[in-house]
Amino acid sequence: MAFEIPKETSESRIREVPLGDGSVKVGGENVLPFYLFEGEMPNRPLIAVEVYDDNPTEWPAAVAEPLKDVLADPVAWAKKAQDEWGADLIALRLKSTDPKGDDNTPEEAAKTAKAVAEAVGIPVMVYGSEDVEKDGEVLKAVAAAGEGKNLILGPALEDNYKTIGAAALGYKHTVAAKTPIDVNLAKQLNILLSNLGVDVGTIVADPTTGALGYGLEYTYSVMERFKIAALRQDDAMTQMPLLADAGIESWKAKEAKAPAADEPQWGDEMKRGVIWEILTATTLLIAGADILLMRHPDAIRTVRKVIDTLIAQ
Amino acid sequence: MALSGLDIFKLLPKTNCGECKLPTCLAFAMKLAGGQAKLEECPHVSDEAKAALADAAAPPIAEVIIGQGAKEFKTGAELVLFRHEKRFVNPTGMAVLISDAMSDDEVKAKVEQADKDAWERVGQHLEVKMLAVKCESGDAGKFKDLLTKVNGMTELALMPMTEDPEVMKAAVEAVGDKNPLLYCATAANLEAMGAIAKEKNLPLVVRGDGLDSLAEVSEKATGMELKNLVLDPGTRNLKETLEALIAIRRGALNSKFKPFGFPTIAFPCEETDDVYFEGALSGIYIAKYADIVVTSEADAWMQYPLQVEIQNIYTDPQKPMAVDAKFYEIGTPGPDSPVLVTTNFSLTYFIVSGEIEASKVDSWLGIVDSEGQSVLTAWAAGKFVPDIIAKFINTSGIADKVNHRKLVIPGYVAQISGELDEELTNWEVLIGPREAADISAYLRNWSAS
Ligand code: SF4
Repeated sequence: MAFEIPKETSESRIREVPLGDGSVKVGGENVLPFYLFEGEMPNRPLIAVEVYDDNPTEWPAAVAEPLKDVLADPVAWAKKAQDEWGADLIALRLKSTDPKGDDNTPEEAAKTAKAVAEAVGIPVMVYGSEDVEKDGEVLKAVAAAGEGKNLILGPALEDNYKTIGAAALGYKHTVAAKTPIDVNLAKQLNILLSNLGVDVGTIVADPTTGALGYGLEYTYSVMERFKIAALRQDDAMTQMPLLADAGIESWKAKEAKAPAADEPQWGDEMKRGVIWEILTATTLLIAGADILLMRHPDAIRTVRKVIDTLIAQ
Repeated sequence: MALSGLDIFKLLPKTNCGECKLPTCLAFAMKLAGGQAKLEECPHVSDEAKAALADAAAPPIAEVIIGQGAKEFKTGAELVLFRHEKRFVNPTGMAVLISDAMSDDEVKAKVEQADKDAWERVGQHLEVKMLAVKCESGDAGKFKDLLTKVNGMTELALMPMTEDPEVMKAAVEAVGDKNPLLYCATAANLEAMGAIAKEKNLPLVVRGDGLDSLAEVSEKATGMELKNLVLDPGTRNLKETLEALIAIRRGALNSKFKPFGFPTIAFPCEETDDVYFEGALSGIYIAKYADIVVTSEADAWMQYPLQVEIQNIYTDPQKPMAVDAKFYEIGTPGPDSPVLVTTNFSLTYFIVSGEIEASKVDSWLGIVDSEGQSVLTAWAAGKFVPDIIAKFINTSGIADKVNHRKLVIPGYVAQISGELDEELTNWEVLIGPREAADISAYLRNWSAS
């Protein structure tokens, strides 16, 4: 008895956004993630490896241990991510600029961003410390220092998109627009950015990530709804490639960090945290993420293998 | 999927005789489609039409019950492709694989671990559901002994795995009264396997070698009047399995393709030896349509995160998860520790408690019943307002636990502080940060005096 899978093809596509020097692109698919029996994903989903500039000291051993040689050196960290873990992108997080923490100046941060971008041959995205005010100043400086690199700058929020959007526009960078788990808010910010003059073809959307156990289902459904609106309803304001912030959010979860000595019912914490990140990332990959921000080398390796397997012809 | 009025009309005699108390067959068909009439009200419907209508009323994917007693579980009965449309119905059943090629110690360790893989989370009970017990020896006696032993160690549902009907008979002798899921019938052994399942009315996995042959075996099994089927497309790599699971679910729901109207099973344990990759595969199959997932790793570090994913994916998208309204101890708070309140939306609770924990300032966190809504939504809906918060504080007994009288409310509802101050005359209301990320810094500067 022959079975013909009911196909749902689409005339619409996710916008293809060039990153860095343009040799890497994200998006472009005309199907739900990996539904390759009815369409195509011309560009594979990308793994952006997180690099911090503030020498993180409070991370659990499960993730601090494999990174211990590079935690204090963002350039070495980025190189290692590129050379050893197969990073598609570097996601530099300028945590050191946090006014509630080290409060480093925009100039210092820009210097780090420039050094990282020059040390690697892959595209770089730069996130601020997610302080609304400070991020504007920091990313302005980063945009100028990184001119010609086509960085992804973000997160541009409703409250600071003007500064960040203008900086990206002025120095020809790409923007990551972040909104709180809601398709309509994301569309709105997209419209605001385009009103500012930012080309919608240079925007990726960060719909806010809830990690496994911490709102994963919301991000999952928002991403699915994004893709359905983009492909089946041809809604141009939802056709941005999507970004999932899997690393930072997963490693905030108590269950990813707690030592087995304290929580024996959850098992070995060295492996548990890795699985926490793997599940957060793969679930969102299947929901529609085009860029996954990730942290643990084993989680990165595993998710790479998932993408390699699924994208293979 | 219900038929439309016009579809039903085509099945009626079209004589407009009026015995149904409606002027025309079309009018009757419309009422029937709308659920305002019953088919029996027309005395002239043909048997054929009756069967077609009953068929149309049947759920697109059957529900299958596996196991027995406290550990019985239901699987299948799904209605939608995307979880935002409607809540997914029966959470994925996780199974752990053991075999008669394993040492006694290994079997014992796995069974014990799977048996204790159970957790409470946000008011829900999460647990591994089943042991998949594989016959690798081909020896019916040995397999039967293993099943008998395992059955004595746990109440978990069992899935004996063999393609040899003689071995399966031995298995059913050992554990047939526990409603095990028999694995499996194939094109080659369907007649004998089907007969074994039918005799004791046991659920049965039918395995194809790809989708076409799966459809064929499933259809033949249905022809033998086997109703409790589970589908294994026989694929054993991520790409093909994902595609098959999507095809089966779509076939059942969108094309009403009967042979695929059953729950599915996936085997990450047979797709890789890399345990992290196996975790990733399991996670993908949970999200995309596997009703049962068989893994090799029984340990909590793997099974607990998978259970949390199942909990997330199968949550009702219309109804946020809520935690119990009460005071929670974050760390080991004492009489001089800060007192905070927020709403009972599970995400709010998780994020706030996580940030308090990260601050390393032991605190009392009061969770007010706000019908599972977040702070701003609950405030707007009148569920997180001064009189409700005051009542919660006054009945919670927190006043006996702390020496101070300072209450921190979320920054987003700063506007209620005045009124709350009046309601709670003994308390001083402090406005906390708006964003959870700022809680840590706020608490570090907090002092009771
Ligand atoms: S009783 Fe049946 S045949 Fe007669 S009018 Fe009603 S629907 Fe038509």
